[in-house]
Amino acid sequence: MITKSLMPSLGRAGFIFLAVLAVVGIAVPTSNLFTSTDSFMHVPDYAVTLGGKYLCYALLALSVDLVWGYCGILSLGHGAFFALGGYAMGMYMMRQIGARGVYGNAELPDFMVFLNWKVLPWYWHGFEYFPFAVLMIVLAPGILAFVFGWFAFRSRVTGVYLSIITQAMTYALLLAFFRNDMGFGGNNGLTDFKDILGFSVQAAGTRATLFMLSALALALCFIVARAIVNSKFGKIIIGIRDAESRTRFLGYRVEHYKLFIFVISAIMAGVAGALYVPQVGIINPSEFAPSNSIEAVIWTAFGGRGTLWGAALGAIVINAVKSYLTGALPNAWLFVLGGLAVVVTIYMPKGLAGFFAGWSRLPTKSKLPSSLAEAAE
Amino acid sequence: MTAETLLYLEGVSVSFDGFKALNNLNLDVGTNEMRAIIGPNGAGKTTMMDVITGKTKPDEGRVSFRENALTSMDEVAIAEIGIGRKFQKPTVFESHTVWDNLELAMKAKRSTFASLHWKLTAGQRDTIQNTLERISLVPSSQNFAGNLSHGQKQWLEIGMLLMQEPELLLVDEPVAGMTDAETEKTAALLRDIAKTSAVVVVEHDMDFIRALDVRVTVLHEGSVLAEGRLDAVQNNQRVIDVYLGR
Repeated sequence: MITKSLMPSLGRAGFIFLAVLAVVGIAVPTSNLFTSTDSFMHVPDYAVTLGGKYLCYALLALSVDLVWGYCGILSLGHGAFFALGGYAMGMYMMRQIGARGVYGNAELPDFMVFLNWKVLPWYWHGFEYFPFAVLMIVLAPGILAFVFGWFAFRSRVTGVYLSIITQAMTYALLLAFFRNDMGFGGNNGLTDFKDILGFSVQAAGTRATLFMLSALALALCFIVARAIVNSKFGKIIIGIRDAESRTRFLGYRVEHYKLFIFVISAIMAGVAGALYVPQVGIINPSEFAPSNSIEAVIWTAFGGRGTLWGAALGAIVINAVKSYLTGALPNAWLFVLGGLAVVVTIYMPKGLAGFFAGWSRLPTKSKLPSSLAEAAE
Repeated sequence: MTAETLLYLEGVSVSFDGFKALNNLNLDVGTNEMRAIIGPNGAGKTTMMDVITGKTKPDEGRVSFRENALTSMDEVAIAEIGIGRKFQKPTVFESHTVWDNLELAMKAKRSTFASLHWKLTAGQRDTIQNTLERISLVPSSQNFAGNLSHGQKQWLEIGMLLMQEPELLLVDEPVAGMTDAETEKTAALLRDIAKTSAVVVVEHDMDFIRALDVRVTVLHEGSVLAEGRLDAVQNNQRVIDVYLGR
């Protein structure tokens, strides 16, 4: 029954994507925890953490696709929302360290003791409670996106100008978070985490659970995003992407539609960041680097804009290649990334998703006119 | 100004960097009236439409639609009170089907939350079907609008205006790039629409204007040069000098 009502909104490709995600989300942690290390079925600990990281990147790419692929908002600052979600989670885990830090101060995180601070800044209060941290994971990126989008969309900043100010936004945050007196650990960021909800972040069980949660978050956000883009709302944002003034003269408040989808997307990016931080064990200002946001856009383009699952796939494939190449051929990685961006733009305008759609003759948007590609630029 | 005046422009002026696109323009259009606007390039026809639909704010003058002062409203508010606009270049949602184009244009609540929960009723389906028939696009209903011919896109855009159920339709060059047969069909369609709403048509095609058989306003350098039946206007010496004679 539920499958039946979901099928049309997910599409065949979306259904396959979710099925694969479910299998991976269950099989990888199970194999890691319950098979012996010398079994050929065993997934080693480092691979679980790496895979969990890819899933978070996939969710970030999905959030970029939601605004760029469907609404034509090319955000080059989505890394900022990802990082804010990550910092909110990081602050919670810093508070969990308690007296186990290097300085043994139960009240203050190490970096504050080091800076000779005597009291906890007001904005750190509440982060010792997990539900409060979860609330902040949603609110911090959501409110930033709301305020930023409110001004940008109302002033009708579009196209490349919008991309530039999103870039400026994440760069401004990068500089701000670098400062020690901001109270977020400055250059070093937040690290040396001990546990999350009482479970050691180093333990295999915690790692496996985080992997599973990352897969679950990706799946849920995918379903929500699909439901949005298949509703009339989704058709309207596609209309905004292709013919913004037409939509406005039909009587739709374009700025409200953009704002709504931008905030939803930012929250998804924040959730991705929050799941990312406990798995990599650190959050520092470099997550705000403009190049991170641009990479997320490349994953999305490589995977295929306007499909959601394509963007997620693109993020996973590129990051897997990156992990391999930075180990095997450290000097070649950036050339490969640059080369990919060029190849995708010229030969694969619809990305991996378009390639698969053509190859398996899925009834997707292959009938789309070529002018669409230009209109979406 | 009669009692049934629907749209009223008084002393409207707009200038862009010193160029007067509209210069003390006066115009009134009655309820259910169809009006043709002609004039040479740069006469201010499109600027006039921009002013009425809220895209451009006039420097001076008054624009009213019934009791509403349009100069203090934005595009969306103006669309909501019943003014629909077809662009000079046909503008439809190319990556949506013809059906979806009409569904998006259909008069309904425009808020984000209403759109998230939108469900088409049987009555609304019939309305879309009727419009498809009026614009002769029934067989293309499930085609992507981007794959339509130029003329069909023009019709689809007119169909989208109809779905908005506006009281006033502003139609900018509806027959540009159409074959003679398509032009005739478009004239019939617009005459039919004019039975229930006011229509302002901007066009260069004199045969088409003749087929519409309505009152004509000639614009020149941002103001009204002449107004009346097409025959009278065509014999007006000033109109011949600045427009028709060239």
